[in-house]
Amino acid sequence: MRDPVLAAVRSGLVFLMLAASAAAYEIEEERHFGPEDGREISVLSTTDLASIAPVLEDYVASHPGQRIRYEQAASVELFRAIHDEGAVFDLVMSSAMDLQMKLANDGFAASISPDTGKLPDWARWRNQLFGVGLEPVVTLASRQGLGDLPVPRTRRDLIAMLRENPARFDGRIASYDPKLSGVGYFLMSQDSQQSESFWRLAEVMGRLNARLFCCSGEMIDELRAGRVAIAYNVVASYAARFAPDDPDIVRVALEDYTLAILRSALVPTNAANPAGATDLLSYLLSEPAQRRIAASSQVALIPGTGPDPSIHLRPIRLDTGLLVYDDQLRKAGLLAEWNAAMVQP
Amino acid sequence: MRRGEARPARFSLRRRLVWQFVALSALLVLALFFAVRFAAERASRASQDAVLEAAVISIGDGLRPVDEGLELDLPYATFSMLGAMGDERVFYSLSTDERLITGYENLPPPPGVPGDLSPLFWDADYRGNRLRLAAISRRVLVDTRVEEITVTLGQTRYGQAAIARDTARSSVWIGLGFFVLALPLALWAARSVIRPVDRLAGAVARRGPHDLRPVRHPAPQELLPLVAALNGFITRLRGALALAETFIFEAAHRIRTPLSLVRTEAEIALAETSDEATRQRLRRMVRAIGESSRSANQILDHAMVLYRSDQFSAAPVDFAALSASVLQSVQPIAEMREIDMRAEGLDTACLVPGDDRMIEVALRNILDNALKYSQSEGQVRISLTCREGMATLAVLDEGRGLGPGDEDLTVRFRRGSNVGDIVGSGLGLTIVNEVAAAHGGRFTLQSRAERGTCAILSLPLSDPVSSS
Repeated sequence: MRDPVLAAVRSGLVFLMLAASAAAYEIEEERHFGPEDGREISVLSTTDLASIAPVLEDYVASHPGQRIRYEQAASVELFRAIHDEGAVFDLVMSSAMDLQMKLANDGFAASISPDTGKLPDWARWRNQLFGVGLEPVVTLASRQGLGDLPVPRTRRDLIAMLRENPARFDGRIASYDPKLSGVGYFLMSQDSQQSESFWRLAEVMGRLNARLFCCSGEMIDELRAGRVAIAYNVVASYAARFAPDDPDIVRVALEDYTLAILRSALVPTNAANPAGATDLLSYLLSEPAQRRIAASSQVALIPGTGPDPSIHLRPIRLDTGLLVYDDQLRKAGLLAEWNAAMVQP
Repeated sequence: MRRGEARPARFSLRRRLVWQFVALSALLVLALFFAVRFAAERASRASQDAVLEAAVISIGDGLRPVDEGLELDLPYATFSMLGAMGDERVFYSLSTDERLITGYENLPPPPGVPGDLSPLFWDADYRGNRLRLAAISRRVLVDTRVEEITVTLGQTRYGQAAIARDTARSSVWIGLGFFVLALPLALWAARSVIRPVDRLAGAVARRGPHDLRPVRHPAPQELLPLVAALNGFITRLRGALALAETFIFEAAHRIRTPLSLVRTEAEIALAETSDEATRQRLRRMVRAIGESSRSANQILDHAMVLYRSDQFSAAPVDFAALSASVLQSVQPIAEMREIDMRAEGLDTACLVPGDDRMIEVALRNILDNALKYSQSEGQVRISLTCREGMATLAVLDEGRGLGPGDEDLTVRFRRGSNVGDIVGSGLGLTIVNEVAAAHGGRFTLQSRAERGTCAILSLPLSDPVSSS
């Protein structure tokens, strides 16, 4: 339950932070595209700069006079910047679907009409929130780490394998920390909703002292360094970028279900250049840009722009149901349950 | 028969009927739109309210007391359903009287105290959106005391409005379809209403010139007063026509008889007196009386021709025989002035459909004219030809011909520019022309190449089938 005094202190702090600096949220990386004197489109995004840069370069090359200021931030930081701190950006792009949905539901998204092409209906919410890319969430395994064990095909296989080989996997399993990472929490709640076997998996991972990370990148680094054998719930585009041709790493799309989160974009109501942002969004949804995005995530959002989704892939729809993930009470309950599973007596 | 055109009123009965029909249809379409919109709005509102009710109850049911306070199982599917109808925005809150437990802050408060079985509904504005809200209350044991928790759930109703709008719009399309159908229907209905009037008019118009019988054509009830008025009018017309006929013959009789009496008296007086001055005076008198009687005759002839034109009825007339008899009747005058009259083509019958009295008057006027303007010992030639469907009578004299500008001498009381001392009323050629027109023929008058005038009267021949 929320303490009113704490809330007051927190909002007071937010106010102080706002007064002190416009950028109270934390920026991980920033880059400019296009000519200095171009009309600026400011983008706040969780998408890794390295993976989106070619698309943005294409855009400024084909749209002379446009300039893009791209700021990369974690999903929770991004949400706070827009929702609580009144930061001014033209386009906000994030993989944390629940937070994007909350921004749109709470009235932070402007109604726009970009050229959406064949974007499926489930990948947009009203004319405010638009999916720009599918990101399958996979399990990575190290061949060396597995030894002679077969690669698990379902969660049941995975649970059985972990249970039968505690010595091999103790301290060598990686996953998101739902308390640190917005995406991690979102994936955990999706998992808990998809199947009961997830909690058994969580218990097994807790018993084997699984290591929790803030981001996909760190998990992959640990995996390549040989300190981890299995990384559960890694966003595929990271895997493709950090370990594109590592023969040791196996990319497993579990066959009981493989979640795919939707990276979505919105234009905030306070955007300085909404027309430019809409134009950029139209470009992101165009065929050449979608081909590039699909190439890095290895699945097409708009049919025909890349590999079709496999039958095991379960893309998460953009709808108001996503609002439940941000509920304080529900979140507290879920995290408590996760804690109970992770920390075994 | 001359046809009088009625002056049209400012409106057409048919157009008025069609417009009324169309205007009524348009009104019905409009009424349909509003009625359907109202009904659709109510229906979709009721169904949305039912969904909202189920949703708020299921959220309330997800509230459970646990050791450390409260646990809430916020149902994903419920929220998903709430937004499904039209990508609605959803706001919710769980609060006790004094504090918010979870959800959105400052949601509009319920207008009353919500119950715990059926929710309370109301409309309010929140963050610039019109919301439909439902609230329900739940008593939960929290840390040894019972707290009353109000679950409030609100949603926008864009989808509901859109559905109502779409339903109303499709009803308008259906209405417009009916409207488009109504136009030809209205035209057809108007035509079928007007048809008896047209039929009656046709029946009256088809009647012959002599047909003054009352109209007995079957007419719808609404037209009976019109038919009665028409029949009354026909009766009065018959009376007036009979009166005019009587008047013309009465006038002819009353003028001709005294004039000939006066003329006889004057001629006797001329014979009996020997005083040269008196004789001169009497001669002038006789001539003036002759002129008057001639004028009276022509005026009466003209009136007769006009009357008979109006009452035209054709019977087969032997144009050749009639011409011969008229020629016979003017022969004495020709002999008196030693004018040689030669006729050809009068010995074979030549039938024309017509009024023999009218044709006779016309012929006499043509021959009179030819003799009048011929010099003594001159020659008048008459020829009749019947071919190519026309009977053509040509009368050629050796008189003074036409003066310049005398192309149309058939106008009443107009005489040629070179008539000089020859007396005339200026009605003769008018009469001939009227007769030709009544028979569907033609009359022309032109100068001959050397001298004299050529008068040609052409009348259409009888239909060869019916004449044979």
